[in-house]
Amino acid sequence: MHISPVLWQFLVKWLNSSALFPREASTIAPYTDALYFFLLLITVVGLVLVGALVFGFALRYRAERHPVAEQIEGSTLLEATWTIIPLALFLVTFVWGALLYFRIYTPPANAMNIYVVGKQWMWKAEHPGGQHEINALHVPVGRPVQLTMISQDVFHSFSIPDFRVKREVIPGRYSTVWFQATEPGTYHIFCTQYCGTQHSGMIGEVTAMTPEDYKKWTEQSTSGMSLAQNGERLFASMGCNSCHSGNAASRGPNLAGVYGSKLQLANGSQVLVNDAYLRDAILNPSQHVTAGYSPIMPTYQGQISEDGLIDLVEYIKSLDSNYRVQQTLTTSDSSNQAAPNTPGMVKP
Amino acid sequence: MSTTIVRLPDQATAQMPKRSYLNNEHGLLSWLLTGDHKRIAILYLISISFFFLLGGIFAGLIRLELLTPQPDLMASDTYNKMFTMHGVVMIFLFLVPSVPATLGNFLIPIMIGAKDLAFPKINLLSWYLYMVGGVLTLAALVLGGVDTGWTFTTPLSTHYLNTNVVTAATAIFIAGFASIFTGLNFIVTIHRMRAPGMTWFRMPLFVWANYAASILMVLGTPVLAITLVLVALERTIGIGVFDPTKGGDPLLFQHLFWFYSHPAVYIMILPGMGVISEVISTFSRKRVFGYTAVAFSSVAIALFGFFVWAHHMFIMGVSNYSALVFSLLTMLVAVPSAIKVFNWSFTLQKGSITFETPMLYAFAFIGLFTIGGMTGVFLGSLGMDIHLTETYFIVAHFHFVMVGGMLMAFLAGIHFWWPKMTGRMYPESFSKLSAVTSFIGFNLTFMPQFVLGYLGMPRRYHAYPAEYQVLNVLSTAGATVLGIGFLLPLLYLGWSLKYGKIAGNNPWQATGLEWQIQSPPLTENFTEIPVIDYEAYDYEWLAHKTEQEVTVG
Repeated sequence: MHISPVLWQFLVKWLNSSALFPREASTIAPYTDALYFFLLLITVVGLVLVGALVFGFALRYRAERHPVAEQIEGSTLLEATWTIIPLALFLVTFVWGALLYFRIYTPPANAMNIYVVGKQWMWKAEHPGGQHEINALHVPVGRPVQLTMISQDVFHSFSIPDFRVKREVIPGRYSTVWFQATEPGTYHIFCTQYCGTQHSGMIGEVTAMTPEDYKKWTEQSTSGMSLAQNGERLFASMGCNSCHSGNAASRGPNLAGVYGSKLQLANGSQVLVNDAYLRDAILNPSQHVTAGYSPIMPTYQGQISEDGLIDLVEYIKSLDSNYRVQQTLTTSDSSNQAAPNTPGMVKP
Repeated sequence: MSTTIVRLPDQATAQMPKRSYLNNEHGLLSWLLTGDHKRIAILYLISISFFFLLGGIFAGLIRLELLTPQPDLMASDTYNKMFTMHGVVMIFLFLVPSVPATLGNFLIPIMIGAKDLAFPKINLLSWYLYMVGGVLTLAALVLGGVDTGWTFTTPLSTHYLNTNVVTAATAIFIAGFASIFTGLNFIVTIHRMRAPGMTWFRMPLFVWANYAASILMVLGTPVLAITLVLVALERTIGIGVFDPTKGGDPLLFQHLFWFYSHPAVYIMILPGMGVISEVISTFSRKRVFGYTAVAFSSVAIALFGFFVWAHHMFIMGVSNYSALVFSLLTMLVAVPSAIKVFNWSFTLQKGSITFETPMLYAFAFIGLFTIGGMTGVFLGSLGMDIHLTETYFIVAHFHFVMVGGMLMAFLAGIHFWWPKMTGRMYPESFSKLSAVTSFIGFNLTFMPQFVLGYLGMPRRYHAYPAEYQVLNVLSTAGATVLGIGFLLPLLYLGWSLKYGKIAGNNPWQATGLEWQIQSPPLTENFTEIPVIDYEAYDYEWLAHKTEQEVTVG
């Protein structure tokens, strides 16, 4: 049989470029793959065992060889065996899987944080230094990176198969995932939760870079304003500073140093102030009244985009003292025009 | 150790009975207004075959689109409608009613020695509701389709799509009641209408399996119904149950939806397991190994099946404790399935095995269901689930259970009871060819999808990176073979209605009560109420009875 050399070349190239196993490009990947191979092993062993039993019995006891069936009621011993052994294997799988789960979803304390906003149909990454990316994510290798993610509309799911990490991106609440890339290179980002028409277009690339390259990249791609700086402007233009001025007599609680603290609420409960709390407190203030203050803050639901909320949260996180707030107060009084057109800041 | 004599075929001298449920009354109305469980089963069989064909066409178009990485056969919206309609039709209009509403309807009363189900009119109503659901689904399709995915995920379905969501939800809502009524009928019939001597532990395992599935239908389906009502209300008048900007919780939808839709998996597979027990026992002429364990494992699956729903939500930010509990329970629900697989295997031991078509399908079931079940353990394992969920791995997994398991069991059952339902045999060589073709086609279709899933290819993707093409081409090639394998039965079963060999009462020499009456049965099933004084799968009793008949005859 003769095959055209062009077709042959095409086939060889096509087969060579096809993938069979994802790259192991994060610190998590080897752990995930180990569990995968263990599961694969018990599946194959189980399948071979069942196959051997079925085929063995089918050949040995086929009607031509074994014309008369012998009735057997059952066997408690055998049945106990094939209850206990699978159960034990499944329990091992359970424990192993749980350990891996906590490893994947518990970020180390020193992880650098990047915000990701999912919307139909794109991924927006916001670095604290003010780098904004769409359908792309630049990260350094060898350093844990935590993503704090939120959706602006429907459920999405952020997946990097080569890192073996994935997490649902949910409207109205932050979810986090972390990874530490090991190999410089580019890897797929997929949205894995069906999110409407362009679901399969909601893809991107994560670029893992050596620390030096990463440093170069951050310097070259910054918009010139960090998230906290954007937040500062928003803080002024929304008039937050008129109540949260940091003065003892002000109507709103002091925000300096509030991030990470335990806050006593008016309803008697105590909460840890984290990103999610700050976001909620801006959108639904009446449910998060700090003890000693009256519930006068209006809701900002529908007035600030998720990007704007991230800016505000970053700003509040950055406040160690009230110096900046008061600075903002004075500047915003004199030159309100300066509150600039930060991208996606205020929804009309 | 006692012995059993192998088959005495009564086919050679068999004649079609003069009177049967098929020719008792004539005319379309006698079918459309019938209260006979056997006729309703036939109505159901025709309708679900139609919807299976429809769902299969959608599947074919999906696989054809995925032949190339680029979106070139249809627009993204069309593709999204394709997989939505494929899911909706296959799950709600084919898999859920498949075995219970056809084989179950036909056989359960006969197997326990009753003349009909407890509520024949409710049974007929069930078929009409199913048809209303089916017609509404077709309406949603004709009016422009629906593209929510069969999972109706909020807030996508409530706020972001302008397709026929409410029509489709109404269709499923109504079809749900068809399934509730079937379940209700089975439960009452099995509790109240067993013939004298038919104790719980003399019932065939098929009845046990359908009983377990019925409990799931009756308890689970209302939750789906109310969830769909909430979706429709949120979509039309904007109540804030799931919408976070109105104080709703989008995860609540996931909880409610999977509270039905996970047990629904067991609604689909349990009756199939019942079929496999019957088939394996019959063709190895042997009592099912560990009858009690198999019976109770059906009930255990039904029971545990209600407490594993959150394993669909491991990556959605459920609390760590609930993730742990649901993962553990998922591992436990896998055990009864493992027990069944080993019990079926050991049923073969020391049997006298023949390899008719139903047995081939049953072997395919055991192999494919084992893979489907084991890959379920992958997904139940918390850390593994993170990488595998929402990819083609999960697509392959549930197709191994639903198609490799359930559909193979359904075909096993259809071939097995075809002689009883129609009085005629299907052609053996064609049907063996079809069984082998579907097995090969199935593996070729879905094995590559496991690899694709581990590579990370997300499900419901219209276009995909070029390096995944080879595996997708394999999968599409397999789907073509599979399609042929599934089309063949449609043709030769139709042919056999007129030209098939006359079957006789008991062509398989099986022990079930249904095989002790004429084929096709009388409208009233039994001329006199049978008295059961033997266990299920008692081949010695059968041999004894046959011997006597021969002497008398």
